[in-house]
Amino acid sequence: MGEFAMGQPVARFEDPRLLRGGGRYIDDLVLPNMAHGYVLRSPHAHAKILSIDTSAAQKLPGVLAVLTGQDWADSTFADLPTATGRKRRDGTPMYRPPFPGLVKDRVRYVGDCVAFVVAKTIAQAMEAAELIEIDYEPLPAITSTADAILPDAPRVWEETPDNIHFVHTEGDKAATDAAFAKAHHIAKQRLVLTRVTAASMETRGAVGDYDAAADRYTIYSPLQRALVFRAELMTTLRVPESKIRVVAGDIGGSFGMKSGVFNEVGIVLLASKIVGRPVKWISTRSDSFLCDAHGRDNVTDVELALDKDGKFLGMRVKTIAAVGSYTQPGSESGPVGNLGTLAGVYTTPAIDVDVTAVFTNTNPMRPYRGNGRPEAAYVVERIIDVAADEMGIDPVELRRRNLIPPEAMPYKTALSFKIDCGEFEKNMDMALVMGDYAGFEARRAAARKRGKLRGIGVSNSIERAAAPGFEGSEIRFDRTGSVTVLSGAVTQGQGHETAFKQIVCDDLGVSPNDVHYLQGDTDQVFFGEGTGGSRTAGIGGSALKMATTKIIDKAKKIASHMMKVDDVECVEGLLTSRSSNRSMTMKEIAKASLDPKNLPVGMEAGLNASAVYTAHVQNYPNGTHVCEVEIDEETGQVELVEYNVVDDVGNVINPLLLKGQIYGGVAQGVGQILMEEIRFDPESGQNLSGSFMDYAMPRAEHFPHITVKSSPVPTQTNLLGVKGAGEAGCVGAMPALANALVDAMSHLGVKHIEMPATPERVWRTMEAAKAARA
Amino acid sequence: MHNFNYHLAADVQDAVAKLSKSEDGKIISGGMTLLPTLKNRLSAPSDLIDLGNIDALRGVVVSKTEVTIKGMTCHADVAANADLQRVLPALANLAGIIGDPAVRHRGTIGGSVANADPAADYPAAVVGLDGVVETNQRRINGDDFFISLFETALEPNEVITAVHFKVPDAAHYMKFRHPASGYAVVGVMVARYGKKVRVAVTGAGPNVFRVPAMEAALEQNFAPEAIANVAVDADDLLGDMHCSAEYRAHMVGVYARRAVAAIVG
Repeated sequence: MGEFAMGQPVARFEDPRLLRGGGRYIDDLVLPNMAHGYVLRSPHAHAKILSIDTSAAQKLPGVLAVLTGQDWADSTFADLPTATGRKRRDGTPMYRPPFPGLVKDRVRYVGDCVAFVVAKTIAQAMEAAELIEIDYEPLPAITSTADAILPDAPRVWEETPDNIHFVHTEGDKAATDAAFAKAHHIAKQRLVLTRVTAASMETRGAVGDYDAAADRYTIYSPLQRALVFRAELMTTLRVPESKIRVVAGDIGGSFGMKSGVFNEVGIVLLASKIVGRPVKWISTRSDSFLCDAHGRDNVTDVELALDKDGKFLGMRVKTIAAVGSYTQPGSESGPVGNLGTLAGVYTTPAIDVDVTAVFTNTNPMRPYRGNGRPEAAYVVERIIDVAADEMGIDPVELRRRNLIPPEAMPYKTALSFKIDCGEFEKNMDMALVMGDYAGFEARRAAARKRGKLRGIGVSNSIERAAAPGFEGSEIRFDRTGSVTVLSGAVTQGQGHETAFKQIVCDDLGVSPNDVHYLQGDTDQVFFGEGTGGSRTAGIGGSALKMATTKIIDKAKKIASHMMKVDDVECVEGLLTSRSSNRSMTMKEIAKASLDPKNLPVGMEAGLNASAVYTAHVQNYPNGTHVCEVEIDEETGQVELVEYNVVDDVGNVINPLLLKGQIYGGVAQGVGQILMEEIRFDPESGQNLSGSFMDYAMPRAEHFPHITVKSSPVPTQTNLLGVKGAGEAGCVGAMPALANALVDAMSHLGVKHIEMPATPERVWRTMEAAKAARA
Repeated sequence: MHNFNYHLAADVQDAVAKLSKSEDGKIISGGMTLLPTLKNRLSAPSDLIDLGNIDALRGVVVSKTEVTIKGMTCHADVAANADLQRVLPALANLAGIIGDPAVRHRGTIGGSVANADPAADYPAAVVGLDGVVETNQRRINGDDFFISLFETALEPNEVITAVHFKVPDAAHYMKFRHPASGYAVVGVMVARYGKKVRVAVTGAGPNVFRVPAMEAALEQNFAPEAIANVAVDADDLLGDMHCSAEYRAHMVGVYARRAVAAIVG
């Protein structure tokens, strides 16, 4: 095993470049003759547009065009792609609302795109936008997810009088009803999963460049799924995919948010075609809060049925989930795509899930780190703690009685998961030792003497990663034996370059200095689906493994031919013949492969390989989080004081990258539980959390040291034995922290606390519990 | 950002002359509030007159009875002043927890006090430490300086040149930060001058205010328990989605007691 081999804690190859300002983010892109665009957005959550007058704006110096919904409707473009394939409760197909780049006669959320000003400078464009006169007739708006289905709720779309987009059921209702009928105890809880925003360090942006001579569109935009994006964009532009080039560049965070065909992408391409120049649009931070797609946002009623020994008999989950005002392909996946996590790592035999997706006058929803997984883990792990509290059983003990044992693998849960492998009790016991669960009561008592309420929380979680799909990869040796590696995956900060170089260097024995990694340009990368859903190490990594295998196979043939032996083996990239005691490096083979005399008859020259890996089944990363909090009883302030994680993400390619993923995921989960929330004014529908002055984000100072240990159970579902790791931290963090908060206050009679547990909410929760007891 | 004319003032007199000549000019000191306002196009002054080049407006002068901080002194310089840390540590500490490091190295006391943001920290010191605001025209008592939300006793063309603080026997500043912005939701300065006590609260209300009932109780008995039952009226306070007026009122009590406890030791 070399320094850069699989499993080594290799420092990120991308960091020197990114930390020295060498990144190429969307706003770094400057094209000759480039114009700048500004989107004028709706100030109303719901309104009719009675008239738009752009004449004064058009006359301003520097203004090249002012586009409105009418221009979009009159263009050759189709509307943006929308979600498909779901049904309403009566079996009729769901309504698919039109999603134009610019709206014409009605706005449906604060931030809806109304007009686009293109000018030589962004200052001129903003100046002109202020001169556009729009006559709105405000209409009643609905922003509350729970209230959207009430009979008198304002209608987001006339076509759906009940605001219901679709209904999805999963599991076995009859079996669940039967289980509940014989229950000894039923625990019930309503859980509100708040709406949050990704707040990526790099905001969204796009540069559209239409080449009239070639009749070809190029879109530069930070997008985590370049090739899939191109296929979706094709339906809007109404041209073959080959007439579109998508370039993702460096991406400063996405978390699922930068994955759809957004209005501004269509708009800059249309504008470029009209003004005959490249057109840039960059989201300001204010724009980002106002118009980025949001995540989570559902209201869930959960019930858990148990027998007298605490054995889980059945679970019912009823959810109302927001889809926002418009839909995009994949926007339905948050509410329904990862319900399997609800079954957890437990043997619950019967589960009934019912999800109603509703339109509201709010930003469209996109996948957001975990995309339904953290929500589901939160539901099952919270209701277990509620049940444990009600039945007087230790929450760890209650979990232990219901864990799926390793000898039951492969295990089919009551929902969609067919878990191939996992050692859940081992994870839990490891984490409990790391977090000294046994010694907790002494720490609680010590904290009490300092005026602090200390609580401990545990969560087990499991999720599906790397859903069935494809990924492409390619390895190209050049004439001098250096290598270009291409992948269809698109890193947004995860460190693909490092992980992929490790695979290539390990297998082919080349130096990382000789390897260039390339991604995110559809004119260069031949195939792939991009990064999302914790898929890249498993599927993208396996695709690369296939490609290195092809390279090695060919290299062996060339070496055999050149050395005139038949016993060539490849060990860490060195082609060796034991019988002749000769060897060649991969670099030597690569150079030699360009001279026909070195090749067996009929062999193609060069050392290149491409591969497409197909994942037929997903894998199941799992783990346990144990955390401790201290609450200031007078103020309600929460301090996170201990955090321990045991993860099973299968084989670990790079422990440094893995820890980075877990830390970041934990931070995101903690952020949602303690502080982050997008809130709308219920009357006006205005976004009340439209800046970092109002939207609270977790900072380094909010965290103790997070201890992460791996307990790998390699999966056989891909070539590397890896399981997904990108979302796991976030999945386990939300329930562990929420459980710790309730535990800290449970002696007061507190049963639950909603997120975000701000100091005031914690204080009020304690005060209400004390008042109820008095 | 809208266009404006930029002027670098040579001295205070020059600044005032340029300000009075401008159509709708504004003085800029650290710009920590003004610049974001301009960037968001919420303000469009015709001229910006920058005090940044006036060295005479920088510095901290500490005597046994009085501390003078000149108008353009940045928070980081106040926080790091060794004499101030010795004579009036509560003020140095207050300056050291304003905003973040970038803000503390740009933001100035004159700018902060003139802006009169209800959630700024310095107003609690100006009122709580019996301060006097000195301008190019006059001296204004701290108690009379802050009128309302973003409103002060300053006249047009009046520039803050220094702020004076009376050195107390003991003082302590406690701040509860807004979860998102980090501004003071509740900032309480408690100061003891012989038998007299000042309790000044910033952040909680539309304007910095004193709490006479707490001051009276503490003058009788300078101990946390003396004010355990003294409540401030939530009706007079601000509220937002993170911290309601009722919670702020509660926190004023908690933080006043903790400030007293810190002084008592």
